[in-house]
Amino acid sequence: MYSEKVIDHFQNPRNVGKIENPSGVGTVGNAKCGDIMRIYLDIDENQIIRDCKFKTFGCGAAIATSSMATELVKGKNIQEALQVTNKAVMEALDGLPPVKVHCSLLAEEAIHAALWDYAEKHGIKIEGLEKPKSDIHEGEEEEEEDY
Amino acid sequence: MNQLIYLDNAATTKTAPEVVDAMLPFFTENYGNPSSIYSLAGTSKEAIDHAREQIASVIGANPKEIYFTGGGSEADNWALKATYELLQNKGNHIITTKIEHHAILHTCEYLEKYRGARITYLDVDENGVVKLEELEKAITPQTILISVMFANNEIGTIQPIKEIGQIAKEHGIYFHTDAVQAFGQIPINVDEYHIDMLSSSAHKINGPKGIGFLYIRKGVKIRSFIHGGAQERKRRAGTENVPGIVGYGAAAERAARTLDERAKAETLLRDYLIQRITKEIPYCRLNGDPVKRLPNNVNISFQFIEGESLLIFLDGAGICASSGSACTSGSLDPSHVLLAIGLPHEIAHGSLRLTLSEETTKEELDYVVEKLKEIVARLRSMSPLYEDFVKKNANS
Repeated sequence: MYSEKVIDHFQNPRNVGKIENPSGVGTVGNAKCGDIMRIYLDIDENQIIRDCKFKTFGCGAAIATSSMATELVKGKNIQEALQVTNKAVMEALDGLPPVKVHCSLLAEEAIHAALWDYAEKHGIKIEGLEKPKSDIHEGEEEEEEDY
Repeated sequence: MNQLIYLDNAATTKTAPEVVDAMLPFFTENYGNPSSIYSLAGTSKEAIDHAREQIASVIGANPKEIYFTGGGSEADNWALKATYELLQNKGNHIITTKIEHHAILHTCEYLEKYRGARITYLDVDENGVVKLEELEKAITPQTILISVMFANNEIGTIQPIKEIGQIAKEHGIYFHTDAVQAFGQIPINVDEYHIDMLSSSAHKINGPKGIGFLYIRKGVKIRSFIHGGAQERKRRAGTENVPGIVGYGAAAERAARTLDERAKAETLLRDYLIQRITKEIPYCRLNGDPVKRLPNNVNISFQFIEGESLLIFLDGAGICASSGSACTSGSLDPSHVLLAIGLPHEIAHGSLRLTLSEETTKEELDYVVEKLKEIVARLRSMSPLYEDFVKKNANS
């Protein structure tokens, strides 16, 4: 059900771990739904993301999307990082099964939450960045009708 | 180990070679339709009768009380829907439990939503055992059916079926049991346990997929569920799945013959595996009753990790297992069984079910424990929940 890239990023996740004294850290999701992502950012004075690490509680897709999201934002400036959408993460992974699309949304949300934390700590405003939602499962498509 | 280690025998089993051998002639030379008149058809008819006898003897039933179906789910649907249809003028109340298989739960939801039934879903205790006093309390003059599974497919807990059957009998209420996980694994006697209807499926006991049966006690006059020809004493139409039925007969006969020895060997291995995992891996717990438990079932929750990722890593190590995590069900909620025994969502998400077979060896289990230790440690090192837990412990 998973692409080779998803499996690769799941089995050999990039950038697992934590950053001590990070510039920004964001945690999204909830344990009740079965996935939590935490992303740490180390951002230099030119607003370039020097390093990025993650920790994730979740399924294979949740771990793979976290891994890919950290790869995509590393080395970028914060404006570019903001453009790393769930679609970009999915494309970079050669797609996700429909039931796992929410994992990529969680990855995007985790990056935004970490950037939001960075902006708050440094008293700056990042254009286009909104305060992250607490639960990304809100407003997902409804279940199929039973017969 | 480069061989596959299959520990998902509650999902399905490998068809036994002697079962396949028994089936093969009914695909090739003995292809006659059992309803036809010529002698070729007679061979098929006799084979079905023989299989019916083989199965009936396992549960102490009369062969005439065994009706073949397309599997366990059909048998469950038939028992519930046809009993409701038969007795709805008497009452509309059905009692079942929160830990049934979806073939029961979703059928009950259907009867509730579209047919005006009232369903009581009994709670279970922390080991997954039905509370008999709550069952007694739930009974009303409108109660027409009690349906309680014999043994649970996820946590392996065996229910007090004899006591439940006794209560049903005293109140004059029909008693159905979904015995898909129990048939051929533990002793069952329909008279001793006062069972009126019983569902079972061949592929859980090294038989073929797509064949099951419903035992219907003589005198329980539920109607046909599939209408058409006169097969199965006019109660289940459709040309019989002759190879499937023959395979089921052979598998049932084999299961009964090996039951004692198999149960003994599997129980020893089961308890060995439970003990090693719970002793050697921190922050885990056994789900289900430690004693009143299917001989081949191990179900353990690991804190701070999620079940599906555990399964993928186990698969990578050549180990087939299953989980009650939401990610394996396609919904956001983890297993209803694990929630019913009181596990919080995040612990239920981290559950692992390993179900043994007679072919399982101690060496395989040792390998599984070693791999589990590595994988659980690795997933915890990636888990923000574990990070928070360690931090909290360091601070306190």
